[in-house]
Amino acid sequence: MKDQDTRRLLRWGLVAGAVMTFTAAVGMLEAFDDRLLIRPVLSLGYLIMLWFAPVAGYQATNTPVLEGLTRPPSGTRNVAAGAICGLLGGTVLAAFTVLVDTFDLRGVFLPFSSRLVELLTYGLGVPAGLLFTALVPAGLGLVGGTLHLASASLRRRLILASEWVVVVALLEQIFTQVLSRIRLEALAEAIFTLRALEWWAALGVAALVAVISERSRGSLAMVRQRLFASDPRRRTANSVWMAIGVVVFLIVIPQVLGSLLSEVLANVGLFLLMALGLNIVVGLAGMLDLGFVAFFAVGAYTVGVLTSPISPRFAFEWSWWVALPVAIAMSALAGLLVGTPVIRMRGDYLAIVTLGFGEIVRILFLSDWLSPTFGGAQGVQNIPGVPLGFTEVSGVDPEGVLYLAFVFVLLSVWVSWSLQESRIGRAWTALREDETVAEAMGINIVRAKLNAFIVGAVLAGFAGALFAAKLGSVFPSSFELLVSIIILVVVIVGGMGNIPGVAVGAVVLIGVLGGPQVPGLLAEFSEFKLLIYGALLVFMMLRKPEGLVPSVRRSRELHGEELTQDAWLDKQGVLAEAGTATTEGAVNGR
Amino acid sequence: MLEIRRLHKSFGGVRALAGLDLRIHSGEIVSVIGPNGAGKTSLFNVVTGFYPADSGDIIFEGTSIHGLESNEITQAGVARTFQNVRLFLNMTVLENVMVAQHCRTRAGVVRAILRTPFLRREEAEIRQRAKEILSFFGSRLVGYRFDQPASALSYANRRRLEIARAMATDPKLLLLDEPVAGMNPRETAELTGLIRRLRDERGLTVVVIEHDMKVVRNVSDRVVVLDHGVKIAEGSYDKVSSHPEVVEAYLGRPVEAG
Repeated sequence: MKDQDTRRLLRWGLVAGAVMTFTAAVGMLEAFDDRLLIRPVLSLGYLIMLWFAPVAGYQATNTPVLEGLTRPPSGTRNVAAGAICGLLGGTVLAAFTVLVDTFDLRGVFLPFSSRLVELLTYGLGVPAGLLFTALVPAGLGLVGGTLHLASASLRRRLILASEWVVVVALLEQIFTQVLSRIRLEALAEAIFTLRALEWWAALGVAALVAVISERSRGSLAMVRQRLFASDPRRRTANSVWMAIGVVVFLIVIPQVLGSLLSEVLANVGLFLLMALGLNIVVGLAGMLDLGFVAFFAVGAYTVGVLTSPISPRFAFEWSWWVALPVAIAMSALAGLLVGTPVIRMRGDYLAIVTLGFGEIVRILFLSDWLSPTFGGAQGVQNIPGVPLGFTEVSGVDPEGVLYLAFVFVLLSVWVSWSLQESRIGRAWTALREDETVAEAMGINIVRAKLNAFIVGAVLAGFAGALFAAKLGSVFPSSFELLVSIIILVVVIVGGMGNIPGVAVGAVVLIGVLGGPQVPGLLAEFSEFKLLIYGALLVFMMLRKPEGLVPSVRRSRELHGEELTQDAWLDKQGVLAEAGTATTEGAVNGR
Repeated sequence: MLEIRRLHKSFGGVRALAGLDLRIHSGEIVSVIGPNGAGKTSLFNVVTGFYPADSGDIIFEGTSIHGLESNEITQAGVARTFQNVRLFLNMTVLENVMVAQHCRTRAGVVRAILRTPFLRREEAEIRQRAKEILSFFGSRLVGYRFDQPASALSYANRRRLEIARAMATDPKLLLLDEPVAGMNPRETAELTGLIRRLRDERGLTVVVIEHDMKVVRNVSDRVVVLDHGVKIAEGSYDKVSSHPEVVEAYLGRPVEAG
């Protein structure tokens, strides 16, 4: 006990206790207990509650090592620390169990039921089961602490393997679907029973991942090096091949995924379109726009009003393709109208004013005054799909929508990329860095900002047009403030100012967790979606403010000093054992 | 080339410029000196449109630039550097110089999206020109430096890059605000030569605010002394340095006996 860092132990133990108690208290343990992940040992509810115990157990002795010092050798100290840490957390949880059991708090906290106590005590009831309530986290903490004894590469493989087991179990839908499409239903049926992974299958997945990760070490770097070969001719050839590969992949994937997953991906595409637009405004030009959904709404309503046969005022019944340019023009106009008055504002003021504008647009569409045109709360209905000559793509055909979304996303990526790499994009970057100086260097900041606003609005309008055709109806309630916020979160979590980052953000947040009013792969989470969003955002702000896939510039901005220092250390050859350093970094980041 | 007439600018109760008259002729190197708070930087800020003047007029090449936005003044041909270097630190060295060519280039959003031949040509020109401008500083800002972020540069190199950025706006008149502040004697001597080359090779008219009297002596055709927002002397360095009012402004009035 003497060589332990008591404060650190105490902190991680209490954090573990708080996380476990919180997840139990908000009802996640109970709500997700029915969803078995690994038969017969682990349900989603227990996973959500207990996952933090081993993490805390590992972190308890994962102290940063200063340059020039060597890490003290791992030993029983780490294991003991992990166990103590877990026990501490478990004790907190046990105390919570006693509290729930003793006092009847159901009137105030609905999730505090007798079933919760039963789950917390593993079905053994209060006095007897409390031992387990405390000891299970302690055991898991001990496991976490034991990880210190493993070599860096073994540790990496263990962590990766357990992560993949969880991913496979959670996203069982994808795996069964894909397996059955490639005629391996038998395999799918064998490893999954009632959506839960069999325990032996879990071990198999873990072993497979461990082997593959060992085999494929460094091959990713090699592929990357090949792709970005310095020889320009080779590079062009490579990028052509890559483009062909992407297109083939995009054509094949909806067929493999089936309609349910295509639907999810199509939603990802819609949100990605909007996020790409917002990325131009926030990520490149540095203007925080919280009312971005307004442009989405304008695009959707324009298409709705012009194409629907029962649109309240103009039943033009135009084709979607004719309405699209109008929708783009209208959202550009909206960008101009919103942009012009607010363009001279900076930072927080801009955010608040755009937030107001976003709400104004929604309320206008809802208002009685405009209801003869936009239908008020009923919105516009019977919007036809997108005619493609041989077929019409609408919401009942998710694969078709997905193809359309792919095309539009590729277009938007092209637009974002080509603007970013042009005179306009440089002006935006300069603007974000230092507005005053940018102006002194001859950049017309009003025009540059309006450009950003309009391009962003057009991309959102694009998304809106597709949304209207997909859903077949538009209501004001689809354009709530929450949508703006979620898109912003997608951009922030993915990596501001970086196109691949935004794509990853959209897939992770919208695809996996689900966006506002659209379910993701983990439809179970819909009730707790915002909670998870919030937790993720806080975590990202603390640990990885530059996003999951950061842009070079952005991480420079946020980690400027560290980077220069690393570069310096690199030069001195201090980071020679890069292997260990990066693995530990990755674990730290968790 | 630049004519300033009865220029006034106050900040609250402080009169930074109090009816300043000043003429800069084409092809000159003029130093502006004066004690702290004399209104030197305010002069630059007003000329480049950072602050609007309260009254007076600024005429550049025959037309008034008074009241224009600072980007319009840059477009007209006046560029500046800053006393406390203000680069775009997260952009690369090359990008810093490329972005400053904004007002001399034309490709807009539509051309950028369509990647027209015009845009490709212009982009190549911008890049080429940026490299050419950076090579003006010898080997210090070229090669591997092109793709380094500006934040990785040393202090002296940041000052150089700032001058390069100002040059990239293709100015006729260049305003340098304490270009050698914080440099060591060797770098200072080098930059002094560079300011001369700016005029001789590039045909720029240069106005320098400087505290280093050695630089002022070596570089200027003419010295203008400001104090309390007015011009108290001008002329050659030797003439100005012995001017009684100048000595007084710098050293204070000698205590008279009695």
